[in-house]
Amino acid sequence: MIWIAIRMLTGDPQKFFGLVFGIAFSTLLITQQLTIFVNLLERGASGVYNVSSADVWVMDPVSRTTDVAYAMPSTALDKVRGVPGVEWAVPHIRAQASVRTKDGDLEGVAVIGVDDATLIGLPKNMVEGSIDVLSQPDSVIIDDVGTTRMFPGQSPIGERLELNDQRAVIRGIADAVPSFTSTVVLYTKYSQALNYVPGTRNRLSFVLVGAENPAEAKALSEKIEEETGLKAQTREEFARDGVQFIIDNTGIPLNFGITVALGFIVGVAIVGLTFSLFIRDNIKQFGALKAIGVTNGKIRRMVAAQAGLVGLIGYGLGVLGTVGFIQAFSSNPTFKGFYIPWQIPLISAAAVTIILALTGWLALRSVLKTEPASVFR
Amino acid sequence: MGKKMDTSAIGGCNPEAAICTRAVTRDFQAGQQTITVLHGIDLDVKAGELTFLVGESGSGKTTLISIMCGILWPTQGEVKVFGTDIYDLSDDELVEFRLNNIGFIFQQYNLIPSIDAASNAAVPLIAQGMERHEAREKAVAMLEKLNIGDQADKLPNQLSGGQQQRVAIARALVHEPRLVVCDEPTAALDAASGRRVMDLLREVAVAEDRACIIVTHDNRIFDMADRILVLEDGKVTHDGDHMPEDH
Repeated sequence: MIWIAIRMLTGDPQKFFGLVFGIAFSTLLITQQLTIFVNLLERGASGVYNVSSADVWVMDPVSRTTDVAYAMPSTALDKVRGVPGVEWAVPHIRAQASVRTKDGDLEGVAVIGVDDATLIGLPKNMVEGSIDVLSQPDSVIIDDVGTTRMFPGQSPIGERLELNDQRAVIRGIADAVPSFTSTVVLYTKYSQALNYVPGTRNRLSFVLVGAENPAEAKALSEKIEEETGLKAQTREEFARDGVQFIIDNTGIPLNFGITVALGFIVGVAIVGLTFSLFIRDNIKQFGALKAIGVTNGKIRRMVAAQAGLVGLIGYGLGVLGTVGFIQAFSSNPTFKGFYIPWQIPLISAAAVTIILALTGWLALRSVLKTEPASVFR
Repeated sequence: MGKKMDTSAIGGCNPEAAICTRAVTRDFQAGQQTITVLHGIDLDVKAGELTFLVGESGSGKTTLISIMCGILWPTQGEVKVFGTDIYDLSDDELVEFRLNNIGFIFQQYNLIPSIDAASNAAVPLIAQGMERHEAREKAVAMLEKLNIGDQADKLPNQLSGGQQQRVAIARALVHEPRLVVCDEPTAALDAASGRRVMDLLREVAVAEDRACIIVTHDNRIFDMADRILVLEDGKVTHDGDHMPEDH
């Protein structure tokens, strides 16, 4: 009977494709929007992800994220270095600045100063050039997203910038995870960054710490807090706080939530309506089957099989559409590094299951209520 | 379905009868009003006969046939089909009984439009759990018996009305039921086609161990009946081998 159910459904191409479209559209909307949402949220932690070697981040107690940080006195570095269990500790500065390009454009940038000696604080990989270029005078490394924004279609290498009224020369391109706002990032040495970024007596944003035993980073962060009075967080904790900051301070959870809810509602509407029309068109056949001797249980399984087929194909197409979308826009800086977390297809699958269960149940009610005797009327 | 009937008025049934109804009454609710459609029908239908159930619209013939084949519960009375008191069965048992013992030919055929003729004819066998290919082979054999074996692979909308009717007949007979019920089998056909269908039904549906009841008001085929039961206002007013003169 399952085969008959499937043929009944596929034999009506308009409704079959309508149902598949409804599920595919819902899946696409839910999966794609949740994917963008999660990836955008994770960008709240991009500053942390870009410095993969630091086990612990130390900061002023009021600092919250890599971008919302209160400067500390430079003596903080020595305090941290004195804590047992710290293998190394380096200074890290993050500040906002303005650059004027040779075309006269003004662009807000983030300047990140990394340790002069070790260059810890730079992203792990370079798109062009080497990290050693920072040893040259006035050198900065631009991130790849900044390249696309400030120098679309051309190489920025050798370009001179007026960075807060000072000369800076781009000598490399870093492969970095963009920030939530996709701000252009310029990396330079810590000593150079102090020149570029005007400020008060305290300039040190963070102290990056490598633990003697990285597995005990949490214990080390607690020890640093205890001994220095500063705030210390493991890499994971600080990344999580960056994400939480986006959730707490932007409207994106609500906006994306609305879109996902709309995807669900549209799915229910399209699939529910089409399923009901399909059942209504076939009610005589279902009535005949019931008269012949097909039990309600078998009818339920038939409708479940129809819903299952529509769900499988529609869901598959929706997820494929999302993968295609991510692939198609992967070169766009806005979507750089986007991926589909495994939980999202599961959430979409659950949503599709609910849509089909709900609409299938509604459609099934009319079949189950149909009296077999109605076929004689 | 599911409403328990009052069996207080049950009388004896002839054990030879294929179908036996005793004191069958059926009421319908129309708002506050109760309309009695059947008034204590007592009937014995024999196997091996082509029995016509005749009557004007609203006479109760559809209600009676629905009760006789186990798809509509009587308000009162007893119905036995080949000795089984079908309304004593549970809902599931009754469905199973219909599947194994009754073949239906509906006025509008009610074929499934997206499966071919052979698969349509095979539906009762598939519903019984037979493997699809085996069921299809049997259905094709039945279609051949009905002279449309060459149309087995065609969809219903590729068949003429007469061919669709034969597919419906094949579906009604493929599982070799003991009771065949036909609802207005000639209503949509011209006189010649109607008579051909009736000849066919007599040939394939009437057997010594099988009862065949035809609901009709098509007076062009009354002469083909072995027995005619006339229903008027929910009562059997005539039982004979020909129509009464005043009809």
